Amino acid sequence: MPLFQLIMARRLYANRTIGVDKNVWVEFTQLAADYKAVNLGQGFPDFSPPQFVQDAFCKAVSGGPQMHQYTRAFGHPRLVKSLAKFFSRVVGHEIDPFEDVLVTVGAYQALFCAFQALIDDGDEVIIVEPFFDCYQPMVLMAGGTAVYVPLRPVNGGSTVLSSGDWVLSAEELASKITPRTKAIVINTPNNPLGKVYKVEELQMIADLCIKHDLLCFSDEVYEWLTYDGAKHVKIASLPGMWERTITVGSAGKTFSATGWKVGWAISSGKLIKHMKIIHQNSVYHCATAAQEAVSHGFDREYELFGTPESYFQQLPATLHRKRQKLASCLRSVGLQPVMPEGGYFMITDISSVNVDLNDESTKNESYDFRFVKWLIKEKGLATIPVSAFFSPEHSKEFDKYIRFCFVKEKQKQWKKAKVIKQLEKQKRQEAAERAEQEESQSNKGNSCHLLIVSYYRPR
Amino acid sequence: MSFTRRILNAFRFTCRSFPTNCRRFCTSQSVMASRHTHAKRIEGLDKNVWVAFTSVAADPSIVNLGQGFPDIPPPSYVKDALAKAASVDRMNQYTRGFGHPSLVKALSQVYGKVYSRQVDPLKEILVTVGGYGSLFSIMQGLVDEGDEVIIVEPFFDCYVPMVRMAGAKPVLIPLRPKSGKKAVSSADWYLDPDELSAKFSSKTKAIIINTPNNPIGKVFTRGELQVIADLCIKHDTLCFSDEVYEWLVYKGHQHVKIATLPGMWDRTITIGSAGKTFSVTGWKLGWSIGPEHLIKHLQTVMQNTLYTCPTPLQEAVAQGLLLNYKLMGQPDCYFSSLAEELEGKRDRLAAILQEAGMSPVIPEGGYFMLVDVTPLNQDLSHMGDDEAYDYKFVKWMIKEKKLAAIPVTAFVGEESKEQFEKYIRLCFIKEDGTLEAAGDILKNWRNV
Repeated sequence: MPLFQLIMARRLYANRTIGVDKNVWVEFTQLAADYKAVNLGQGFPDFSPPQFVQDAFCKAVSGGPQMHQYTRAFGHPRLVKSLAKFFSRVVGHEIDPFEDVLVTVGAYQALFCAFQALIDDGDEVIIVEPFFDCYQPMVLMAGGTAVYVPLRPVNGGSTVLSSGDWVLSAEELASKITPRTKAIVINTPNNPLGKVYKVEELQMIADLCIKHDLLCFSDEVYEWLTYDGAKHVKIASLPGMWERTITVGSAGKTFSATGWKVGWAISSGKLIKHMKIIHQNSVYHCATAAQEAVSHGFDREYELFGTPESYFQQLPATLHRKRQKLASCLRSVGLQPVMPEGGYFMITDISSVNVDLNDESTKNESYDFRFVKWLIKEKGLATIPVSAFFSPEHSKEFDKYIRFCFVKEKQKQWKKAKVIKQLEKQKRQEAAERAEQEESQSNKGNSCHLLIVSYYRPR
Repeated sequence: MSFTRRILNAFRFTCRSFPTNCRRFCTSQSVMASRHTHAKRIEGLDKNVWVAFTSVAADPSIVNLGQGFPDIPPPSYVKDALAKAASVDRMNQYTRGFGHPSLVKALSQVYGKVYSRQVDPLKEILVTVGGYGSLFSIMQGLVDEGDEVIIVEPFFDCYVPMVRMAGAKPVLIPLRPKSGKKAVSSADWYLDPDELSAKFSSKTKAIIINTPNNPIGKVFTRGELQVIADLCIKHDTLCFSDEVYEWLVYKGHQHVKIATLPGMWDRTITIGSAGKTFSVTGWKLGWSIGPEHLIKHLQTVMQNTLYTCPTPLQEAVAQGLLLNYKLMGQPDCYFSSLAEELEGKRDRLAAILQEAGMSPVIPEGGYFMLVDVTPLNQDLSHMGDDEAYDYKFVKWMIKEKKLAAIPVTAFVGEESKEQFEKYIRLCFIKEDGTLEAAGDILKNWRNV
């Protein structure tokens, strides 16, 4: 094999790929696979999509030859009609299937089209933290500048038990708006926190969007997954918002079929038309058969909407139970989960766990990254570090949380419980050793001592 | 910043300072218009020949030889493989972003054999949303503002807008018919080496070639590829080789991969397509194969654009590839049996066109045929002057004759339009019935 010759004295790769090459998913899913860890990290179900969409898919596959050939580039006609019909009723606004809807390869590509079509060099985009990690590199790749506003736990975090306790400050948000601000990105229900924005919170954001004439990219992939009576509200349905909001949805999350990669953007035709240009110059078409199947899924749900047979009722009910189970499991070992009002994920505070992260290779990384890697390598359990969802400027404040996905079947949950119980045993041993050391020293009354005492409190 | 934008920004500033005056000075329309402007990168990229012609041709009463998709069924084992994959829980969830493991392994096997070299499944292959998605990842990953990219005309129409969207300049060079000869075969079209050489500059980042070529059907010979390779090496440029029709090469011709020429592996990315390989264009799966130091930048683009391709489809393609890998070199391998089937259709369509008095250009590969419509002498002066002849002809033919084709000037730049405007492109990966129906229309051309 000849020696690799230097190719191109000038830089090979395009400018737009600079700074967007690292990716938390690529890194952690590889690690989880390498160590054959139980994967509670990446957000996908380990159960199958509901029978009715699977049947629809099989029917499409064995359908006529046109099911295996190109369909309409901006969305399979049957699907865009089903989406328009379904969401017109939800949003209270007549949606034109051919003008107001763009079908994409997952919600991911819908976001990509939105940023590429509407964000230019020098534009600022406000991202509410914690954010699904792709927003930042997508802003960067579009030549924009990301400006971050964190959700902050009320009460400074000491008694935060629900995602509803994390709020956006209207003043702080308003202060981030400049003449260069083009758009704000929100995600409700939020990944990783699980926050479901209330109507008054969305109204606050909407008021600012209207006042400063901003666009709003609303990532609503988990729209059907709300718990404890929390209601998902579409910001596009608020007055003055339809023409400036792009709402992104996902068949993968809606029908537990993340591997089908069917998503969509719904907005005023004036915005969708720009996104169509990106789409027709990037992937052009999406796969036909899966679109056909998703269309049947939505038609069924349209008929059953609001009834107990609706998958959009059954799935959150199932996940509600799993959410409770995971939360109790985590509490039983002294961890503090933040109860999500919606979505697939639960974050938990790991600051009370004292382990020796003796891994040279992760020395310079943030605490939660190191902890997660340790958990994968030593305990065979994969999760995701939450500081990955925060900007560089705020990640240090939030590096004691890890994210669990609870959209998993029973067996895995038990296995996970076992892993956590091992942690618990280890903690008890360490705590006991430390308690002995503490007794031999003078009484310092520090928080570590209190932690140990609290640990031995009767359940 | 544009003048308009500056004015509107000034307005906005005024509005913020004097909110009560806002209603008088700033209409919500003008302020909204400034915010809702699109990004510069999409300027001028809205026109698209497919968007223009495919919806029209979707009318079932029209005999559609336009858009390049089969109306013949795909092999049943790939459909079966898809149904089987979708019945496995795990196959309905996310897979590896850069390509489903079983698929990249199958690709590595097939292409390892074709290239006669080891192809690393994880580092030298990226699975994309069709060949189209590969082209996009390549342009976004490797082409920058200020770069020049050489494109051979006629070209698959997306190359130019993709290069422009990447901020680069397309530099076009046409295939020309050999002088003094009427083009009866795609082999009669060639690239002038001196003309090509003159197109390379210090800004040239890459050259895009497509072999077998869409729409002409030319299969570049080893000698022709060597000329291109020599220039790439001399000028230290990359080569993006679109080979989606690689298996569809007819008797007497051989598909040569430019990446196998000396010095070319390290600077070439080769594109392939499941859609074209297995007659499943609606699956939208393709791949880029090349050296790690190039593929890794495509992977960066992938992880920031759509992250991963659909799982069950990838699994099914993997099964299809493995099955045919075992049959490679044998007549019942789909890679060769499809070509044989299509050769028959090619010859049938050529005969139909010749009988109708037209001059087809017999393709050496691919599933398109160019035909010169000059002999039909169709008067289209009633259709105005603002479009090239072939656009007018195809629109008229769809409406009046219920036969759809694609105008060839969609595949060339402004300067070459005159050279190609008497040609239309016909797709022959169609049922015999479809081809015969086209034949009937052409036979009765003179009838009203």
